[in-house]
Amino acid sequence: MEATTVISNKDKFIALNESKSSVLKNSWANEIEAAIAAFTTFELPTTRHEEWKYTRTTRLANENWKWSESLENSGLSNTIIEDLNAARIVFINGNLSLADSSFNNAIGCTISVNENIAASDIAQINVAPATNVFEAFQRTNTSAAISIRVEKNTAAETPLHIVHLITDNESISTPAIFIHLGTGATLEVTESFHGNENTKGLTIRGLYAHVGTNARLEYNKIQAEKDEQFHISLDNVRVENDGYSNFNTLTIDGGWVRNDLRIDLNGQNIEAHLSGFYLPRNKQLVDNHTKVDHMYPHCMSNELYKGILFDQSTGVFNGKVYVRKDAQKTNAYQTNSNILASDDATMNTKPELEIYADDVKCSHGTTTGQLDEQAMFYLRARGMSPDSARKLLTTAFINDVLNKVENKIVRQHVIDALVQKGLLYI
Amino acid sequence: MLEIKNLHARVEEKEILRGLNFEVKPGEVHAIMGPNGSGKSTLASVLAGKEEYEITGGEVSFKGKDLLAMSAEERAREGLFLAFQYPVEIPGVSNINFLKAALSEVREHRGLPQLTAKEFLALVNEKSKLVELDGQLTNRSVNEGFSGGEKKRNEVFQMAMLDPTLAILDETDSGLDIDALRIVANGVNAMRSPERSFVVITHYQRLLDFIVPDYVHVLYKGRIVKSGTKELALELEERGYDWIKEEVEAANA
Repeated sequence: MEATTVISNKDKFIALNESKSSVLKNSWANEIEAAIAAFTTFELPTTRHEEWKYTRTTRLANENWKWSESLENSGLSNTIIEDLNAARIVFINGNLSLADSSFNNAIGCTISVNENIAASDIAQINVAPATNVFEAFQRTNTSAAISIRVEKNTAAETPLHIVHLITDNESISTPAIFIHLGTGATLEVTESFHGNENTKGLTIRGLYAHVGTNARLEYNKIQAEKDEQFHISLDNVRVENDGYSNFNTLTIDGGWVRNDLRIDLNGQNIEAHLSGFYLPRNKQLVDNHTKVDHMYPHCMSNELYKGILFDQSTGVFNGKVYVRKDAQKTNAYQTNSNILASDDATMNTKPELEIYADDVKCSHGTTTGQLDEQAMFYLRARGMSPDSARKLLTTAFINDVLNKVENKIVRQHVIDALVQKGLLYI
Repeated sequence: MLEIKNLHARVEEKEILRGLNFEVKPGEVHAIMGPNGSGKSTLASVLAGKEEYEITGGEVSFKGKDLLAMSAEERAREGLFLAFQYPVEIPGVSNINFLKAALSEVREHRGLPQLTAKEFLALVNEKSKLVELDGQLTNRSVNEGFSGGEKKRNEVFQMAMLDPTLAILDETDSGLDIDALRIVANGVNAMRSPERSFVVITHYQRLLDFIVPDYVHVLYKGRIVKSGTKELALELEERGYDWIKEEVEAANA
């Protein structure tokens, strides 16, 4: 009998792993060592893994990814948010492009990059161990990194705009962002992901944020990649006593998008908001996995995700909320609402609440349905075309998520992008 | 204005309109009354273009055009307005934005110039006063959290904004207290003109004290079985519908 060699899908990642070293090999050495070990034990997930039940990694694993050093910046001008006057940090094909960045004048925060990031800065963030192959891979091979620090009682006055752009075909990007907010500090970040047409790309981006006591983080993640681009966000936010975090995941476009957002409420009296919308078209896939961990009493989390699914697209929502035994007086709310705008679109949604405390207020609700036909007729009976009526209703549907974006300029930028794509009515 | 000939319509397998004939001339106000299930609301829905109803026979012309060949939005743009019996709540869509969008499409169709933002707001101001609609209501989401009376006033407000040539009021009086009824009726009366016609569908004669019709018709089993002037409404109020049903059964026997 002839022996058959099974080539694991992971092999290509193993090869990629061996041909790269992290820009943080000195400042994050312990974690990289742990991640290298973890990488060998984790398999590439298949739909048999509960966390990946509806999201196939086959296509992603079959591509021939390469590390790129290209800083080709065509299309970068489209990423500017007019009037925001932000300090910009630009990654191109996973590399930090200092020539395209302008953050030296950012008021109230300290930004350091790549090898210049201090080991103590990263240590202070206290990153949890990697739990899957992509996390381990990102940490082992961090292609570029920035650290943003806002010190005690300081408000970072200049909003930050972190831009990721893919211009090199088949390139893989594995950047890391570290954020530390000291006691009473505040920071507003907008992070946006872009890619050029007909350019395959894979982004595995790690975000490691620490919101200190009584500090406030406002984070808007805008995903606007193309059909050919794959994206995995590993978003980790840890909040301390009296802290506040408002995290918005706004998926306008992208071929294959997976967001793993984890928010640890590591103290009392914390308020955490996590919201998002997704509007996949064609055969796009958008998967939001969120995990909110209430560990101490008197915290509030409010989760609101909404999706409109067009064409043959697929959506996944999995929202885990843990309320630990000590987390009495927790208020935890979760809502996921979806509209299937096509008979061929699919939505898989699953709330998962695990509550071990007995004096809490928790609620969750998911709905998946069609556009309201009664409302459609009402609008048309007033003279609106079916197309305008549909857009007006979808605009109304995601409006409460848009309103979660506190910065009006950023919000308007997102609305403009949606209008340009013919998704919204104004 | 509106000419309905031998109209038959059904929903699912049930025939509801069975040979309805009816004509409205410019400037006229017609009231349609009738017992429950006689087909009054079906008639309103069919005229407005609701797609659940299947037209199985007859014709309807509106200002000389084939109404049944038009989509719901074309009918509205041509000047037909339906005040809904149950106005739909649309969370997140502001009354004002919705009306601005609708009016813009309607005016474009009618070959009228678009209003500037200032002109539009002036119009909103003027027309909302007509039905004593609070400025805050005009800015809220369409009908969301409105009381019954507010919803009906909002219907008449929208009517005034869209300036139709034929308005169909589908039980606009149902559930209104006397003050709200008076406000709604005043709004409608202010819009009466030699060019504009109204079809008022109602259960109750009470409304017709405020909106005085030129003609009153009784709809029964999908047909108009009796027509008269406003005195007929008073007679119906007094005697109910049984004598009409008996007359119809006797004629059919």
